[in-house]
Amino acid sequence: MFAPTIHLPRRRTRTLEGSPWVRWTLITLALGFLAVFLFVPLLAVFSFAFQKGWEAYLAAITEPEARSAIVLTLTAAAIAVPLNLVFGLAAAWLLARFRFRGRALLLTLIDLPFSVSPVIAGLIFVLLFGRQGWLGPFLSEHDVHVIFAVPGIVLATVFITLPFVVREVLPVMQAQGSDEEEAALTLGASGWRTFLRVTLPKVKWGVLYGVILCNARAMGEFGAVSVVSGHVRGVTTTLPLHAEILYNEYDFAGAFAVASLLTLLALVTLVLKKYVELRSEAS
Amino acid sequence: MRIPLRLSLLVLLALGGCSKAGSESAAPSTVTLLNVSYDPTRELYADVNAAFAKHWETAHGQKVSIKQSHGGSGKQARAVIDGLDADVVTLALAYDVDMLHDKASLIPEGWQTRLANNSAPYTSTIVFVVRKGNPKGIKDWDDLVREGVAVITPNPKTSGGARWNYLAAWGHALRKPGGTEESARAFVAALFRNVPVLDSGARGATTTFAERGLGDVLIAWENEAFLLTDEVGKERFEIIVPSTSILAEPPVAVVDRNVDKRGTRAVAEAYLQFLYSEEGQRLAAKHHYRPRSEEVASKQGARFPKVTLFTIDEVFGGWRKAQAAHFDDGGVFDRIYVPQAR
Repeated sequence: MFAPTIHLPRRRTRTLEGSPWVRWTLITLALGFLAVFLFVPLLAVFSFAFQKGWEAYLAAITEPEARSAIVLTLTAAAIAVPLNLVFGLAAAWLLARFRFRGRALLLTLIDLPFSVSPVIAGLIFVLLFGRQGWLGPFLSEHDVHVIFAVPGIVLATVFITLPFVVREVLPVMQAQGSDEEEAALTLGASGWRTFLRVTLPKVKWGVLYGVILCNARAMGEFGAVSVVSGHVRGVTTTLPLHAEILYNEYDFAGAFAVASLLTLLALVTLVLKKYVELRSEAS
Repeated sequence: MRIPLRLSLLVLLALGGCSKAGSESAAPSTVTLLNVSYDPTRELYADVNAAFAKHWETAHGQKVSIKQSHGGSGKQARAVIDGLDADVVTLALAYDVDMLHDKASLIPEGWQTRLANNSAPYTSTIVFVVRKGNPKGIKDWDDLVREGVAVITPNPKTSGGARWNYLAAWGHALRKPGGTEESARAFVAALFRNVPVLDSGARGATTTFAERGLGDVLIAWENEAFLLTDEVGKERFEIIVPSTSILAEPPVAVVDRNVDKRGTRAVAEAYLQFLYSEEGQRLAAKHHYRPRSEEVASKQGARFPKVTLFTIDEVFGGWRKAQAAHFDDGGVFDRIYVPQAR
């Protein structure tokens, strides 16, 4: 996911091309695979969503519980993405520019949210903030609600999406090297000014790319959020959780209407991602 | 300086939004209740909540807004133990409510005697759903162990409904003439050999049977079975009522620690009492639960056929004993169930 895109030269050689028969088999296989695993599900989501018509679709995504799910999903993303943007930039800069004891450990820890199952991520917060968790007695004494409330959902989202920005920005920063920054510093620019005027512009496409991925995951996360949500309808259900609830109520059209919102988000993300890729190649 | 300023503003805005949503305190004239329930009661409580809100407002001039959380019964109990602020729990079986006492002292030990009828305002039982026309000719429990009959039931380790199913089958075999612990065990083992897939919850099993088309017969709550035949798959399914079954008593309880902290005891207790009122009983019957009230039950006609019902106390000596003997790790279920390689 994070390997830099490798562009093969366009020139084709006879040996690579092989016989037309092999080529067509491969193309058919690839298209068939895409059709089964991508196009059919995509079509299915929208056809189920609209099976009861436009009005039912609009009703499903504008009823109060759906609206509250949309607001909660946007809230969680609006907190998680900026936080991880700031953290990601700082951490990437630290890791790219400095060699220090524990650097490898820090790199590994940053990847932790990717390597650990989202359900376990959620349970970590239950064990920390739950009534019987480490901080549970303190929190309940002060009447602070973390899990089964909005802060818990935000925390889980921040945790799950933590690596995206760092992981996108770090390779770009490393590839840039520090020559220009050193030049700026020698010419008398302050550290802050150097960061803003020299470092940041160089990595901006990496940052954007990371933000897009981070946002997509923040809005789509199910496992970790499900564990800390408590599933209180209209209060602690995000869009993916709301879709599941509707599905379990045999409201398939409603579930897929909500799912189509998430699918649209994914499609927008893809377009943005492609645009950022093209722009970063151009610049 | 442009970017960081904008950034910090964003963060501030976001945090502001968070704390507002997090500390959502109701206006004094509105009280909120959280009812933590199990899966199949969604439709029931949607109606009950609206009716109770009206009832409470006319009686006390106060608005009440009831929030719902649904999920597998055991999982929901776990969430309340971990701090989900339920004012009342309405779960699938008494054992899950017992856990609120055992694991977190949220309620007193004798909670089940605080309300009438073992704190279960409505009951249900375990019945079968078959495909239209009953192609496999299923009439009673004994047909479920025949060769070539695929039975759908969820996993008793995780699902409350599945435990009722399991105990109903066990009770049937045990109470048959000449039935012994041994024959009951052999019967249930044979039944589970006919189960191709164990879903984790009752709703999941229903969906497997109805939407994925797996299995010849679904063992289910009577209310869930009615939902299938009356609302989801009209003309596609039939209910078969076995000769004997278990009396399922889904209990309700006020969560003392939570209501005392939130100051909602009065309204929470009234809410549970409302379930026993004539209107509450009518709504229960409407949503396919068997009402306790004779008067309401008599108006239901032939909807709830007479079945010889046994209780869990009679046959198993209560939930704690049944749980320990059958469903805890190393219990009977673990020993008789071998996942099928198909």
